[in-house]
Amino acid sequence: MTGHLAFPIVAPLAGAALCLALHRSLRAQRLVSLVALASVVVYAVGWLWPTLRAQGVAVMCVGNWPAPYGIVLAADLFSGIMLSLSAVVGLVVLIYAIAWMENGREEPFFYPLYLVLFMGIHGAFLTGDIFNLYVFFEVMLVASFGLMVLGGERAQIEGAIKYVVISQVSSALFLVGAGLLYGVAGTLNMADLAQKLAGPQAAPYSAVAAQLFLVAFGIKSAVFPLFFWLPASYPAAKTPVTAVFGGLLTKVGLYALYRTCTLLFPAQWRAESGALLAVAALTMAIGVLGAVAQRDLKRLLAFEVISQVGFLLIGLGLGTRAGLAAGIYFFIHIVLAKTAIFLVAGLAEREVGTTDLDAMGGLLRRRPGVAALYLGVALALAGMPPLSGFLAKYGVIAASLQAEQYALVGVALAVSLLTLYVLMRVWAEAFMRKAPGVVAPAGQLGLGLVASVWVLAALVVGVAVMAGPLYHVAEQAAGQLLDAGPYLGAVLAK
Amino acid sequence: MTVVMAIVVGGLFAAGSYLLLRRSIVRLIIGLALLGHATNLFVFTMGWLRQGGVPLIGLSPSDRMADPVPQALILTAIVIGFATQAFVLVLSYRAHEETGTDDLDQMKVTDLL
Repeated sequence: MTGHLAFPIVAPLAGAALCLALHRSLRAQRLVSLVALASVVVYAVGWLWPTLRAQGVAVMCVGNWPAPYGIVLAADLFSGIMLSLSAVVGLVVLIYAIAWMENGREEPFFYPLYLVLFMGIHGAFLTGDIFNLYVFFEVMLVASFGLMVLGGERAQIEGAIKYVVISQVSSALFLVGAGLLYGVAGTLNMADLAQKLAGPQAAPYSAVAAQLFLVAFGIKSAVFPLFFWLPASYPAAKTPVTAVFGGLLTKVGLYALYRTCTLLFPAQWRAESGALLAVAALTMAIGVLGAVAQRDLKRLLAFEVISQVGFLLIGLGLGTRAGLAAGIYFFIHIVLAKTAIFLVAGLAEREVGTTDLDAMGGLLRRRPGVAALYLGVALALAGMPPLSGFLAKYGVIAASLQAEQYALVGVALAVSLLTLYVLMRVWAEAFMRKAPGVVAPAGQLGLGLVASVWVLAALVVGVAVMAGPLYHVAEQAAGQLLDAGPYLGAVLAK
Repeated sequence: MTVVMAIVVGGLFAAGSYLLLRRSIVRLIIGLALLGHATNLFVFTMGWLRQGGVPLIGLSPSDRMADPVPQALILTAIVIGFATQAFVLVLSYRAHEETGTDDLDQMKVTDLL
């Protein structure tokens, strides 16, 4: 029994409540949010990881109701990895956002919404109950609706309508799937469901539920052909918000896909491996081809998000231990690197006052530090050795070769080349060439703004430097996903 | 009774999907609401449509009790649906203020190319 497992959910929730109570004092809200998210980082490093190392799976029964009846929170290594990533990204982007909005110019209710968003994300990573997963998804989505329209510009409102409608359709499909599973198995506990769905009687129903979940989470993680809402909505939000959405939010949908496929629907997952790989290849290709055509930096990066979702899907589609391990390492790399590139784009946006590539230029001269950050993170994303993207893509491609998916390898390599082209074109236009037209006066890049991006960039480098131990943990996490025995034992024994 | 519910749920899903494909935002919102109702009724049906007994073993015969868990689930789902509906209504009002139209085809600021 690990009673502290609820901490990553409770801390942001308490912080959000305090922020609402303190809505008159922005300074107090800043402090409360920083403390709430920093405490989750401390928790993940100080308590969660030692527990996971000792026990493998940490379980908490909410309200002390025994396992199949009450709601359980359960963390295995994969949950632990995702939770740690989310805590770190949440803290770094919060520091960036505080500096971004500048003293006293915060949008009302930014801090409570931001904290509730992380409460939902952490809950989704930790819950072991399928309906509870739906609830935490909704918590996350409602907070993200609020964050998206902060500022109230026309583009934000139009983007939000598309985002809200597609999210609600996806939630309805998810809920129908969960209801169907309850009707068949009479339980909502995911470990209990895994056992009860294993029989042949449940097969036709769980096949339908698996398709519903695939579409529902496919929409949330923007896979082909369900991705159109993403580039139409994410870039409209404020840059720190776009960074969290692009870096973390789509990955929550993928996390749910990894979790439900491996735990609840292993048979359907195996049977649809080919379809998953085809979807992964199309997602990668369409994302990068969309990025090639963009003339706006934020929108270009939003298409890149889709492309990299494809790589994450390969790990799941291969279904081998090597594939899942590569996918999990890719999660570590992409959450940090993708958030970092959005934050760097924000620095560039601050400096030249636009994200339109036709109007950007001269950033190398004006801000060599920002240019260095961009070059480093972009090369990591494109997959240049020895940076983290190279190792992540190498893992995915090596696992595909092992599984003899040669066409997939070809697509992945071509997509990587195009990614390099897209990111280097941004380098040539926004950084290297002279600024077209009149140069805007240099904006203020505060210490918090630049320092938080440096921290994140250092973490991206750290993912490459620490590749050995991280890959080892990823392989252990993949082993846990493939062999659900210890997870089931830990959850149902409580 | 379950057959009637199946037809009602199917009809609501069909109507909701049809309205979601309209260009008017107001119809879009009604479509979302119908989709939510369809989902809730579906989950409700999953707990058996029986009446007459409290769901306590020993107090009433098992063929007269309905499973209370799906009812608790849709109560949660209804509250969440209410919150999102309220948000979407305010959002559509703001969209009308900002763009002066109810037609989704006029909202092209964020279009892809």
